[in-house]
Parts: sequence; C-alpha cells; structure tokens
Amino acid sequence: MAPLLQLDQVTICFGGLTAVSAVDLRLGPRELVGLIGPNGAGKTTLFNLITGVYPPTRGAIYFDGRPTANLKAHQLVRRGIARTFQNIRLFASMTVFDTVRTAVQVHRTHGLRDALLRGGGFRRAEAEVERQVRELLALFQLDRVRDEPAVGLPYGDQRRLEIVRALATRPRLLLLDEPAAGMNPTEKSELTALIRLLQEKFQIAVLLVEHDMRVVMGICERIVVLDYGVKIADGPPAAVRANPRVIEAYLGEEAAPHA
Amino acid sequence: MNSGAKRYLLLALLAALIVSGFSAYFNRYYLGVAIDVGINIMLAVSLNLINGHTGQFSLGHAGFMAVGGYIAAKFSLLLQPALPPWMQPLIFCAGLLLGGAIAALTGLAVGVPTLRLYGDYLAIVTLGFGEIIRVIFQTSETFGAATGLTGIPNWTHFGWAWSGAAICVFVVTCLVNSTYGRGFIAVKDDEIAASASGINPVRYKVTAFVVGAFFAGVAGGLYAHHKSFLSPTGFDFMKSIDIVVMVILGGMGRTVGVIIAAILLTLLPEYLREFSDYRMILYALLIILIMIARPQGLFTFARRRPDSK
Ligand SMILES: Nc1ncnc2c1ncn2[C@@H]1O[C@H](COP(=O)(O)OP(=O)(O)OP(=O)(O)O)[C@@H](O)[C@H]1O
Ligand SMILES: [Mg+2]
Repeated sequence: MAPLLQLDQVTICFGGLTAVSAVDLRLGPRELVGLIGPNGAGKTTLFNLITGVYPPTRGAIYFDGRPTANLKAHQLVRRGIARTFQNIRLFASMTVFDTVRTAVQVHRTHGLRDALLRGGGFRRAEAEVERQVRELLALFQLDRVRDEPAVGLPYGDQRRLEIVRALATRPRLLLLDEPAAGMNPTEKSELTALIRLLQEKFQIAVLLVEHDMRVVMGICERIVVLDYGVKIADGPPAAVRANPRVIEAYLGEEAAPHA
Repeated sequence: MNSGAKRYLLLALLAALIVSGFSAYFNRYYLGVAIDVGINIMLAVSLNLINGHTGQFSLGHAGFMAVGGYIAAKFSLLLQPALPPWMQPLIFCAGLLLGGAIAALTGLAVGVPTLRLYGDYLAIVTLGFGEIIRVIFQTSETFGAATGLTGIPNWTHFGWAWSGAAICVFVVTCLVNSTYGRGFIAVKDDEIAASASGINPVRYKVTAFVVGAFFAGVAGGLYAHHKSFLSPTGFDFMKSIDIVVMVILGGMGRTVGVIIAAILLTLLPEYLREFSDYRMILYALLIILIMIARPQGLFTFARRRPDSK
C-alpha cells in the first residue's frame, strides 16, 4: 500500500546544530508507530517538520503522495495531519466546549458572511458543529466539564482534551507528543486504552512520542528510534528492544530482554 | 443560540430612532454629549475586536478614524451643493460607507505587511502609521492642510450615532460569538495551537484589522458631521490612546465592559473640564492601577476566569 506519510532524507539544522539528520520514514494509513529516543534526540523537531512549523533544510516530506513543502501548518491540518504538544497548549480563555468547537470548524462550510447574516443555513451549520463537539466530548468523557475553562481541568484531562481537539479536525494522521507525561499509572493505562480505541474507531495512523516504555511497547506495532537526530532503528518492538545500539543510546541495560 | 441577536439589533435601532425623533425636546449640550458617547462606543468596540478579541496591540485607530472622517466630509462638501436637500441622508449614508470602506482598505494595507509582527513591535508600527495618516492630511491642500475642513454639514443626529453604535456592537458580537469567530480568540490565546487546529492566524488578524478599521472609519465620518469641522490634530496619537484606554478599562475582549468604559470616559472629561490638562497623567495612573488590581478590566463581572498555570 502507498505510504500515508513519507520522509525522504529529512534534515534540519539550527545554526550549527543538526537536530534531525537525513531521516527516512514511511508510515502506512492505519499504522500505530512509536517514536522514541533520549532527550534532545529530535523527536519534537521531527513533529514540527511534519506539521509544517519548520521547513526542512534538506529532504522532502510527502503526505498522501503529495509534497508538503510550501504548505503552512493550518493547511496541513486541512490535509489531515493533526498533533498534540509536549507542553500543553490549550486556549487559555476558552471553555472545553469552545476548544473543540474551534477545531471542528476546520471543515466548516460557513464563514464570516454567514456569521453576520445568520440565516437558516448558518443555524443548521452551527447546530451540526455543536452536535459533533458533543459527540466527541461524550466519547472521551469530557462532557461533564464542557463549560469549564480548559486550562482549569486536571492535568490528565488537559492532555486528553488536546487529543480531542486534534481529533476534531478529522485527521488521517495523528502525532502525539508525550501524551502520558505527568500522568499517574491509572491515567496512563486509561490513555493506552484510549489511543487504541481512537485508532480503531477513527481508522487513522498514529505516530507516538513517549518516554514510558510500557506505554510504547504495549500498543505500538512498530518503533522508530532517534538518537542525535539520526534514525538508529526501525522495526517491531521485540527487535528494537534487543537492538544493541538502542540499548546503548536509550534503553540502558535493564531494559534488554533476558536471554 | 444567537438568533436573538438580530432582534436586539432591531430594538436598538428602533430605540435610537425614537429618541432621535424627540431630540428637539432635549438639551442641546446633553444631546451633543450623547452623540459623542455613541461615536466612542463604536470606536472602542471596533478596537476591541483587534486589541481585545484577537490580541493584536494596535495604536493606530485614530488613523483609521481620520481616513473615514476626511473622506466622508469631503464627499458631503462636494455633493451637498449639487444635489437637492431630500438627498442629504443618502449622501450622508453613502459618504459614511465610502469612508468606512476606504478606512478598511487602509486597514488591509497596514495589516498585510505588519501582522507578522507581535506585541510591542506591532504597537509601534501602527502608532507610526497613525501619525503618517495624520501628516498626509495635514499637508494635503485638498483636505484643508493644517486648518482642516470646515463647514461640514451638521448631519449627525442622535439616531445616526447610536444606530452606528448598535450596528457595530451587533457585527462584532456576532462575529466573535459564532463558531467562525472562535478563531479570533484562538489566535489571541496561542497562535501555534491555533494553526495546529486549522486556523489561519494571518487571515483572522487581517479580518480583525479590516472590520475594526471599517467601523473606525464610519465613526470618523459621524464625528466629522457632528463637529462640523475636522483638524488633523484631532487625530493625533493621543486620540488612539483615548480609545485604547477605553478597551483596557473595560476589559480586553469584553464587549459590555468596553461599552461602559466608553460611556464613562466620554462623560468624565465633560465633568472634569478644568482638569483636562492632566487627563493623560490620569489615564496613565488609571491603567497602571488597573493592571495591578484588575487586569481583567474594571467592568467585567461574573465570568469565571481560568487560573493561569
Ligand atoms: N527552534 C529551535 N532552535 C534551535 N534549536 C532547537 C530548536 N528546536 C529544537 N532545537 C534543538 O534541537 C534538538 C532536538 O530537540 P527536540 O525538542 O526535538 O528533542 P526531543 O527529542 O523532543 O527531546 P525531549 O525528549 O526532551 O522532548 C535539541 O538540541 C534542541 O535544543
Ligand atoms: Mg520533545
């Protein structure tokens, strides 16, 4: 099958630092792939490249067979790439409901003119938006807090809300940047279940950056490892866990499977 | 959920026209102040779309007001002698819209190149732009140069000013409260998160500038036909500051608060005429106090603010 996402020799330099170095990567339409590596390995930077925050210094990125160069971040969202942030970035003056409403409107058919004229079409479109938001919030058990300020939620819920906001744009590829960071073990296992659920229910590809190996090994079919911006491994969890370069660079000895 | 908005607009317009119908019975001085209030509400609410809802710090609102004022005034001065009196309201209306449209175009011209700038930089550029506009009018013979324009027909009565204010409040409220309008707030809160949610920040910022400039332009036209004369010094950057103070005092992004602030800050100077030399000092102190004690604005109540963490 043609890859949904394809990276060819993608490189980015910040001054003298090569944060991502000649990375090749292919991701199928419904794959769930883990992206791991030590701090500063370039995982978040790779996300920023895929989502159009930075243009690559060298190399090319294709989404759905088409090059993404020259597309701005918001245009890539429309094409079907959504993400969450390592440091939560919710809208500080919005409620939970409005946060999701903002993202749902990516594919809206009404705009400025309709907002002013307020005809029947506008009201129907707004009702449809509201229905979609309610459905998403219910699915992720955030409907109880729909009128709460988004940044007033408990930490775990804020992370979940970021995922819902990303899903609200109806992506085909979802990039999750350390969604389990700061969560307690219960929340983590809930999150694991949730990622599985959303990948099945929405039939999307997921690229997951995560430091908690139990989360990653538990749900990913394939794992990619970055170290100093270079891809050092790419394969099924068992093979990656046994890879001496990965053990040396990231996992350490304890993580190695006992012979 | 906003289907009632149109009804409010109609009621407000009706009320403005009824009061206007009885204006002969009111004290002329108070009527004049009431017109000032209406015009200032327009200015403050339209600036609030840019500075409050969209989070772009513009100091150029007096510039947009000047563009609209001069264009509408010149339009009336040129056409009034040539056309019969019954056409006056038409000329007036057309002049106001023309002034607003040209102010909106100016907003577009300023917005597109400068909206890459953030915070203080944007403030400085818009401030500079406002001054450039003023200097252009001050040196242009067509617009009366340093003396300005005089003998502008005195057409702005209560109904015009308050209808303008009602329409402006309606448009800004409807824009911001729609799903589409969440984009303005998203851009203010976090531009990166906004783009990651599919919002085009540049588009929203430019829209805010264009809509805001349009109403500032119409307000300028109303002002010109209220005072009957225009002088370039009336649109210096102190005027922009006046409007900014209304927005800050009322609470950035809070329409009701901003309306109250616009009313108060129009009335206060009327009562404190002997202190007018100290007005800017007073404003500065006021802003500092508000920033310390009530950063959400003086007149915002009962909306729960998320704690910032
Ligand atoms: N905009 C930037 N300008 C300069 N350097 C940057 C920029 N963004 C990232 N870097 C550098 O690139 C390297 C990779 O950073 P990145 O955030 O991608 O790492 P990471 O793998 O996500 O790490 P972590 O696990 O800590 O999140 C780091 O050395 C970082 O300092
Ligand atoms: Mg990171």
